[in-house]
Amino acid sequence: MEILGRRPTAAELAMYSVMWSEHCSYKSSKVHLSQFGEKVTDKMKEHLLVGIGENAGVVDIGEGWAVTFKVESHNHPSFVEPYQGAATGVGGIVRDIISMGARPVAVMDPLRFGAIDHPDTARLVHGIVSGIGGYGNSLGLPNIGGELVFDSVYQGNPLVNALAVGVMRHEDIRLANASGTGNKVVLFGARTGGDGIGGASVLASESFDADKPSKRPAVQVGDPFAEKVLIECCLELFKASVVEGIQDLGAAGISCATSELASNGDGGMHVELTNVLLRDPTLTPGEILMSESQERMMAVVTPENVEAFEAIMAKWNVEYSWLGEVTGTGRLVIDWAGETIVDVDPKTVAHEGPVYHRPFHRPEWQDQLQADSFAETRPFGSDAVKKAMLELMASPNMCDKSWVTNQFDRYVQGNTALAMPDDAGVIRVDETTGLGVAISTDANGRYAYLDPYEGARLALAESYRNVATSGATPLAVSDCLNFGSPEDPEVMWQFAEAVRGLADGCRELGIPVTGGNVSLYNQTGGVAIHPTPVVGVLGVFDDVARRTPSGWREDGQAIYLMGVTRDELDGSEFANLHGHLGGRPPAVDLKTEKLLGELLVNASRDGMIDAAHDLSEGGLAAALSEMALRFGVGARIGLDEACERDGVDLFTMLFSESQSRAVVAVARSEEVRFKDMCGARGYAHMRIGVVDTEIEALDFQGHFSLPLSELKEAYEGTLPKHFG
Amino acid sequence: MTIAGGTAVGLWHAEANLQDVDAVIIPGGFSYGDYLRAGAIARFAPLMDKVVDASKAGMPVLGICNGFQILTEAHLLPGSMIKNNHLKFSCADQLLRVENNTTAWTSAYAKDSGMVIPLKNQDGQYVADEKTLDELEGEGRVVFRYDGVNPNGSRRNIAGISNAAGNVVGLMPHPEHAVEAGFGPDASAYGEVGLGYGTDGLGIFTSVLTSLVAGGKSRPFPQIPPPARRSSASTRSSTPPPHRTPTFPGLNWA
Amino acid sequence: MPRIVVDVMPKPEILDPQGKAIAGALPRLGLTGFTGVRQGKRFELTVDGDVTPEVLEQARTAAATLLSNPVIEDVTRVEVLPEA
Repeated sequence: MEILGRRPTAAELAMYSVMWSEHCSYKSSKVHLSQFGEKVTDKMKEHLLVGIGENAGVVDIGEGWAVTFKVESHNHPSFVEPYQGAATGVGGIVRDIISMGARPVAVMDPLRFGAIDHPDTARLVHGIVSGIGGYGNSLGLPNIGGELVFDSVYQGNPLVNALAVGVMRHEDIRLANASGTGNKVVLFGARTGGDGIGGASVLASESFDADKPSKRPAVQVGDPFAEKVLIECCLELFKASVVEGIQDLGAAGISCATSELASNGDGGMHVELTNVLLRDPTLTPGEILMSESQERMMAVVTPENVEAFEAIMAKWNVEYSWLGEVTGTGRLVIDWAGETIVDVDPKTVAHEGPVYHRPFHRPEWQDQLQADSFAETRPFGSDAVKKAMLELMASPNMCDKSWVTNQFDRYVQGNTALAMPDDAGVIRVDETTGLGVAISTDANGRYAYLDPYEGARLALAESYRNVATSGATPLAVSDCLNFGSPEDPEVMWQFAEAVRGLADGCRELGIPVTGGNVSLYNQTGGVAIHPTPVVGVLGVFDDVARRTPSGWREDGQAIYLMGVTRDELDGSEFANLHGHLGGRPPAVDLKTEKLLGELLVNASRDGMIDAAHDLSEGGLAAALSEMALRFGVGARIGLDEACERDGVDLFTMLFSESQSRAVVAVARSEEVRFKDMCGARGYAHMRIGVVDTEIEALDFQGHFSLPLSELKEAYEGTLPKHFG
Repeated sequence: MTIAGGTAVGLWHAEANLQDVDAVIIPGGFSYGDYLRAGAIARFAPLMDKVVDASKAGMPVLGICNGFQILTEAHLLPGSMIKNNHLKFSCADQLLRVENNTTAWTSAYAKDSGMVIPLKNQDGQYVADEKTLDELEGEGRVVFRYDGVNPNGSRRNIAGISNAAGNVVGLMPHPEHAVEAGFGPDASAYGEVGLGYGTDGLGIFTSVLTSLVAGGKSRPFPQIPPPARRSSASTRSSTPPPHRTPTFPGLNWA
Repeated sequence: MPRIVVDVMPKPEILDPQGKAIAGALPRLGLTGFTGVRQGKRFELTVDGDVTPEVLEQARTAAATLLSNPVIEDVTRVEVLPEA
């Protein structure tokens, strides 16, 4: 009322309420997120063409190419209706990419579910996995990676994050702004129905109450064929240069699109809402403004280009309606059947929403938690360590994920150079030069629970390491911050710490956050999920032909362990398997991490290594197992010297989750060069074995031999056993 | 197609114009979302009438995945595809046998040679009545058969078939995803290859060029040699490992 | 043996991409007499013996719980089929 100087109309009230919701306005998180901008140096911005604030950030990858990528959450809708929730999550992030002017080229999905054996988990896994596949496969977008984590903290609140990446030439970058008085505003794509009215604001801004499942807005249903047509149609619009500004319709629908377009441009827009094509004619103006019907876009077109625009719509058989025009009044005016129902300053809707300085404090239990270090009996002796290794590789979080990933198309478009189960997904951008990008997403909720600041840096470190392990030079970061209720000061502290950690970490590594998403209220009843900052890192390849796979296959190649191993089992998968969560997460020094990344990229560029795998969850035990199973080739491994150097026993060497480590396979002829390179940079490296194509086992010399058949059976059996 | 030495021309579904092309490939995808039945709506595209006429005049036509489904809906090929017997979308590298190398699209292969190419679909289970299946078998029109495991419950392990003349061929797996070294499967029917170096599908596209050059008559073409290993490895003159049965994860071997 | 038929339709307010695609295709075949298409599902539950009120009630429960998703679909019919 203070803003308008009068009583707001029902439509204005609807618009402000949805745009000022947590989901759209970032009112609780804004004060913290500003660090991503403040802690960026000019050097970090070197490759940044478009930064935070637009639909997605854009990074220069050279040769005139640019890449845009972003990760977003669709957690709450996916719990209510798993298939459609997950499907529309993919659709939404893909439209963000299109609206930057880019052709989407790949998607990834970090997923987190409750306990694998909980009765509700199968429902969610089946629905969400087939929803992602059903939408992404139909769109013809390769799915090149992601995560799959099971933990009871996500039982009533699964995390369904979706990442999309798109490519464009520099000159094709489009922004969401409406400028040029007299230019026409057009809505095109699907018709507007009652989908998800109040969805973003209601669902994503409230936690679930187990006793009252009735609060369900109309579920958004995705139509991947309509989206595919929309993608091709938009790309043709861009190519023909007939749109001045463009904005996808996601959360808060037309309210969001009109106010953001108007406030980013010259500041005025006049729209006749009765022109909106409706699927459900009974919708009220307020509902039309808030509808979250999928597969819609809004664009600004100069009067001269109206005809060209309409021709392209006709070719693709896409419906459109002219809603109004850009004005110089500085007001967003929306009429309904001749009556003005909205007359506001668009900036007050889109950008000048409330900013909360929510109270936060470190939980009292945090000290006690961090003091509770892993003190269970550790497996000792060859048989016990072997058994532990098999258990680890069969565990829900470490087992083979192909039950999920085989439901996604990784081949389509013919440019996938690396996908699951390798460390990062790699996509070729330029078919002539081989220029391409690598992407990885990572998070560890347990680490972040033990220490949110370090947890965020650890997620960043792992994602960075994965990209470098594939051979790409890391360039930029997108994040999806999944947390509990901001109204809980302890959750707010976790959030503040994680943002601080991520911003500091990005500065240390010299790569900027280009955009992302915050998802709050992830909790069931009063219990919040583990703080889960999902970090996506994008890297660039001069030629994707040199990417490094995560498994060895050449007989006789030397296996090297890079980095040192400390006794760091707190928060580890091993501790998790034994029901323990306490202590402090592994220490991470990002300078060391950066150096490791440089060495891995150099080794790839100079053809020194034919396989590489980063060490993260599950430590060396998991890395060696995965490297052997990748192509079904065994190795002889000797760890005694490394144990002695690092002062740890065999079990700790295999199961500790110390950071800044990787295993690589080096061709015999390259060993001297490789050792010289590591030596010159002072990076710890030790030869721990040799690839052996004959033995079909991981033979830990002097300790035990693990036949690959036995390992494979343990590794591959878990998901099919639970999900069919 | 370009890799095989041909020129690709994009055709628009709504235009009843084949632009004087010599052969047509109907690709995979999810035409009209596959919402009614896979291929059921696309088969009424104006372009399809022209394809049907041209195929009757002998033009080579290949349907891959959704393209195969469209060819069956258009009655150029018998039978139909239903949902996979495991009910899920599945994307995995698949071993096939080329049982008929006399079609316009398979002349580059030796009879019964193997082929590893990606199979990825939701509705890939080939079904037809027994009489039709017997007819297909009897006339040698089962062009491709799944080897080892049957990935989707297809009748008689059928992966692809042809019309009686051999110019129209449809198959569910995707040869076009095994034509470029580095972007294909990790395996080949010839044994071990480098990462993504499986190019077993290329012969499909060289076959049709050969048969067009030979004036519509297919003639045997030398089998494509196994692709070179990754260059960095080969320049190091490492001895190739002895041939082993590949055990790559995700590959549907027996 | 008697059968119970259950029809399930997408809720009127929910987008039905299937129906929309078909509705778009019909005019291209010259079939212009329709303004919309909604695509639903039909289930046939075979009963061993008579259809007692209890069995019919079970069918209604099945329809409301397993056969339909109340978030996006309505059960529009649960009926005993006349024996052929």
